[in-house]
Order: sequence, then C-alpha cells, then structure tokens
Amino acid sequence: MHSSHSSRHRRVGDGPVIKWLLTGIALAVTVCLLIMPLLVIFVEALGAGWSTLADNLLDQYTLHAIGLTLFVAALTVPLNLIFGTALAWLVTRFRFPGRKLLITLIDIPFAVSPVVAGLLYLLLYGRNGWVGSWLADYDVQLMFSWPGIVMVTIFVTCPFVARELIPLMQQQGSEEEEAGVVLGASGWRIFRTITLPNIKWALIYGVVLTNARAVGEFGAVSVVSGNIRGQTNTLPLHVELLYQDYNIVGAFASASLLAGIAVFTLAAKGFVEWRQARILNRQQSEETI
Amino acid sequence: MSITVDGINKRFGKYQALNNVSLDIPEGKLTALLGPSGSGKTTLLRIIAGLESSDSGRISFSGKDVTGLHVRDRNIGFVFQHYALFRHMTVAQNIAFGLDSLPRNKRPPKAEIQARVSELLDMIQLPHLAQRYPAQLSGGQKQRVALARAIATRPKILLLDEPFGALDAKVRKDLRRWLRNLHDEFHFTSIFVTHDQEEALELSDQVVVMSQGNVEQVNEPIELYARPDSRFVFDFLGQVNVLSGEVNHGSLSQGNAWVTLPGIQHQGSSQLYLRPHEVRLATVPAEHANLPLRIEAVSLIGSEVRVELRPEGWAGEGSDSIWEVGISHAEFNNQRPARGDLCYAVPEVGHLFTGKDTQPATVSWAEAESLPRVRLIN
Repeated sequence: MHSSHSSRHRRVGDGPVIKWLLTGIALAVTVCLLIMPLLVIFVEALGAGWSTLADNLLDQYTLHAIGLTLFVAALTVPLNLIFGTALAWLVTRFRFPGRKLLITLIDIPFAVSPVVAGLLYLLLYGRNGWVGSWLADYDVQLMFSWPGIVMVTIFVTCPFVARELIPLMQQQGSEEEEAGVVLGASGWRIFRTITLPNIKWALIYGVVLTNARAVGEFGAVSVVSGNIRGQTNTLPLHVELLYQDYNIVGAFASASLLAGIAVFTLAAKGFVEWRQARILNRQQSEETI
Repeated sequence: MSITVDGINKRFGKYQALNNVSLDIPEGKLTALLGPSGSGKTTLLRIIAGLESSDSGRISFSGKDVTGLHVRDRNIGFVFQHYALFRHMTVAQNIAFGLDSLPRNKRPPKAEIQARVSELLDMIQLPHLAQRYPAQLSGGQKQRVALARAIATRPKILLLDEPFGALDAKVRKDLRRWLRNLHDEFHFTSIFVTHDQEEALELSDQVVVMSQGNVEQVNEPIELYARPDSRFVFDFLGQVNVLSGEVNHGSLSQGNAWVTLPGIQHQGSSQLYLRPHEVRLATVPAEHANLPLRIEAVSLIGSEVRVELRPEGWAGEGSDSIWEVGISHAEFNNQRPARGDLCYAVPEVGHLFTGKDTQPATVSWAEAESLPRVRLIN
C-alpha cells in the first residue's frame, strides 16, 4: 500500500508548483527593481554617445564633485579602519563594565536615518550649535564645508569595520596572542605577525563596505554640505543638482560613475567572500588528513 | 630553577579564585596541579607564568622575585590547553617564532634558527610536516608542535595547561610517556594542570591537590594515594566507598550495617572510607563487619573486574550511594557474581574520619586477613 507512494516520495516544501512560483516571483522582482534600473542608468548615460558622456564627466563641476567625493572617502576609510580595529580589539580583548552596551551602541549609525544624523551634526556643530558657536569664535567653520562632510560620513560608516571584526575576533579568542607574548614577542610584533594575518580578509571586507558607503552617502551629507556647486558638492549631490537643472544626460553620466563604483564594490565583495570561504574550506577538508 | 609561590590571592569580582596560596616547586621536578574545575589550578598556573596578575603575594624563580616581571621577560615555556598554534604560520614558522622574537643582539643567525627548528622537528618526530599548517594536523601532532615551540628558546621552566585534555585516550597515553621522557632528558622545572587524578599520579614527581582556591595537600603520588589528609583528597583521588554512621562502644553502625573498630575510642558521628581494593566480597557477613550489598553491575573491561553494589538496608554516601569493589578475573571466573546477587563487603583496611577532624585514623582488621576467602555462591 505505502510502497506505491515511496517512489514518488518528496521532501517537505519540494512541490514543483511552489518551487517555480517562488522562483518566478524572485526573478521578476530582481529584474524590475534591481537590474532594469541599473541598465537604464548606463543606457541613458550612453544614449547620446561616448563623447557626450565624456564631455559631461569632464565638466568642471563634475570633476570637482568627483574629486571631493574621493577626498572624503580617502579620509574616511583609513580613519574608520583604525577606529574599527581599535574598537574591535577593545571589546574582544578586554572585560570592563558597559562592554555589552558599547557593542550595541556601535550599531547606532545603522539604526538612525542619515538625514537625522546630519541634522544632529548641524545642531551641534553648526554656527548656532553648542560646539559650533564656540568654534565660530575662533573662526573655525565645520558645517557647510568639507570637514562637516567628512564628519557625517565617518559617523554613517563607522560600524562597518568593527562589525566585521568583532565576531571573528571573538571566535578566534586571544590564546594565540598570549602564546606570542609568552614567546617574548613585542606588542607590535604580535599585532603584525599574529593578529593582523588572522583578521586580514574581514578587514578588507569592512574597508570595501566602508568605501562604498562613503562614496554613495547622500542623506547626511546633503544636510551638512549646503550644496555649493564647485565647493561642497559630492557626486551623489551633484547627480541630484543636475537632475533638478533638467540636465538629464549629465545626471545619468554622473550616476553611471556611482553605479560603476557599486558594481566594482560588489565584485570586490564577492571576491573577498570567495577567498574567505576557500580558506575555511581548505582548513576543514585538510583537517581530516 | 625552583619556583616559590608565596601568599597568592586572586579575586574575580566576588569570586575568590585563589586564597592565600603558598607552594614550593622543587627544581627539575615534574609537578601536577590537580583539582576539579573551579579549584583555581589554571589561574595559579597563569599567575606563575605572568599571564594573569595576582591581587597580593609573590612569585619567585630560584629566590629571585619575578612578581613584577612581564611575562615576555620571564623566559618560560607555556603550552596551552587548545595548543594556540599560529594558524597562518607553518609548523616550522610556529616553532621558530620564539627565536625570531629575540632582541636583535640575542637572536641567533638565520641558519642557526633553522638548524634548531629541524632538530626540534626531529625530536617531535614530525620533520615531514614542517611546511604544513596547524589546521592540517591531528590533535596529538598539534600538541607536540606546541611543545616544541614552547621549548625552542630553551626555557628553564615549562608550564602546561591541561596538556592532554582535548586528546583521545590512546594518544593521551603515548604523549604522557613522551612528555615524561622529555622532562627527564631536559630537566625542566615543569608544572602541569590536570583534573585527571590518574594522569597526575602516573606522570608527576609531586602532586598538589587544590580545591576552591586552596591547596589541600602536597605529596609524592604514592604517599598521596596511601595517606590522604582530608575527606576531599580521599574523594578526589579515585573511587572510595563510604559508611557514614554513629560510633558506639567501638562499633560504627547505620541501619542494619555495622563494622567493629578495634582500637578506636571516639564516640559520635563518623565516616569510614574504604578503597575498592581494601574490601573483599563474601556470601556471608564476617565477624567484624555486616555490610549487605546487592550487585548492580559487573564490568569486565580492564585488568580487574569492577563490581558496582547498592547498599541493602542502609545508605551509602553521595548522590548514587553506589559502592565499588574490584575483584580479579580469576576470582570472577570462579564465582560468577551476577546482577541482583546479595553479598557482604568485608573490609581489610579502612580510614576513619571522626566528627570534623580532617585527619583520618587508619583501622585494620588483622584477623580478617587470616580468614580464608569465602566463596561466593548464590
């Protein structure tokens, strides 16, 4: 009786109707919401030909926006790299009251809307703000100039490196470092030859994510930059300005640059993930030898 | 190099991990720190190494105070419980790490380091694995690499934290023997932490038994086993059978069990401790003892047959209150004791703890030994 069923026995959730229905929905959503918009950017940017694209990109203000964006990223990434590594080291290698709270607080920039973050910085460091009014007496202006942009970008991107490192360093523990110090190695030698190689790939992954976000950040930057063309205009802000000026081709040209960076980031992220998985695989498969 | 531990205290929050511990570790000897988990043995080892700081007290090596000396400068070998090999370095690089870390003026030339590494690889019998990574080694191989790495800089002191804890029984036995040979060859002053009493008794020259942050007893293994100072050491070192009851007119009784106590004058509540080999099994009670027991299980594995028994009409000590007696395989084959049989325990030598006394009095029933062994018949 039940033998007739056994040949057609299926695992739970393996029905063909459900399987193809879910696949179809996922595909449709991906194409409509992710792939088509991405294609449109490049199609529109190239719609008037390569030379128009080049002209638009070589426009004086666009070049300045590109330069400012790269400058902000170049300051943000190393600062967050150092901050993230130090923070991860602190919460994984030391025990102190409030440690758990600190780990939770790291996530604040993810939880707060970037626009709100920008406003908070404006209130605090703006000309009429608590700190800003005091700084203004010394003729230091943070908001509506590049230091403000860097400050909010650091705020928005600061969790990436730390969040990549903390779980890894927790899992690896501090025994290897203890072994190093017993063997007489200096603190710097331990960091350089033991800690750093162990966290290298997670660190690179964190940097890739930080860089992508630093380049693409719009909300917080738009509040504190003041959108002064040729002065405080980053690439994402520049796209919006061009679009509002009805310079559609110019907007898409700049947007294609950002999209290009995004695609490159995804590729780099994929490569790093593949490397990490391969190292893990190799270690596990060779453990049985 | 001898090690002196002098009045060490260590507190983790409200928990007193070490309570005024003082110890002398003789030069060139292999000492075991033995105790259950939470007894403070690993903490003490880490304080001796300098990986942990003490709240008060002093550590000295050969009379020289090293309490304030950084672990980096103590020149000790330390073997971690989970090996702590550098995962991204090869076996050879792991072993060379200590030599490579020496300050430039003390560091031997590259060729000399390489020679030392291959010498150590030969010693641990793994020269063919020099270019492997730790993840590619078995547990026993990892432990040997960890040992080679720890002794590469020729430290005078070797500290090992549960060195065989994570290994299976067969590998553990091999490595134990190997460590003993290594120690005898190089004359380190070695301390190893273990919770395995058999390992401690078998491997060491001196055993330090610890409990709840205190040193309970320090002695050579044979002496320690023969003359435990306290109930704790008795309980911790091997299986023990306990009759707990009241002493009245030279006899200890509880329920329908009783034992005469020749030469004992005390009165009141007492415990009689009997090792499995200090008890015989018989089908009838002896003149000096009535300890009825029912056989619960018989285990034939090992050099001795282990019989587990449940007290009949009285209560044993501990949660399961099971008694354990070892008989020879020959005896077992003669008598075939089986589960459910009733028999009587006949003590030959026992150790009596009275009231709150920590030191036991030894009781021996000389006439019992002259009695012929009673055959077990159902």
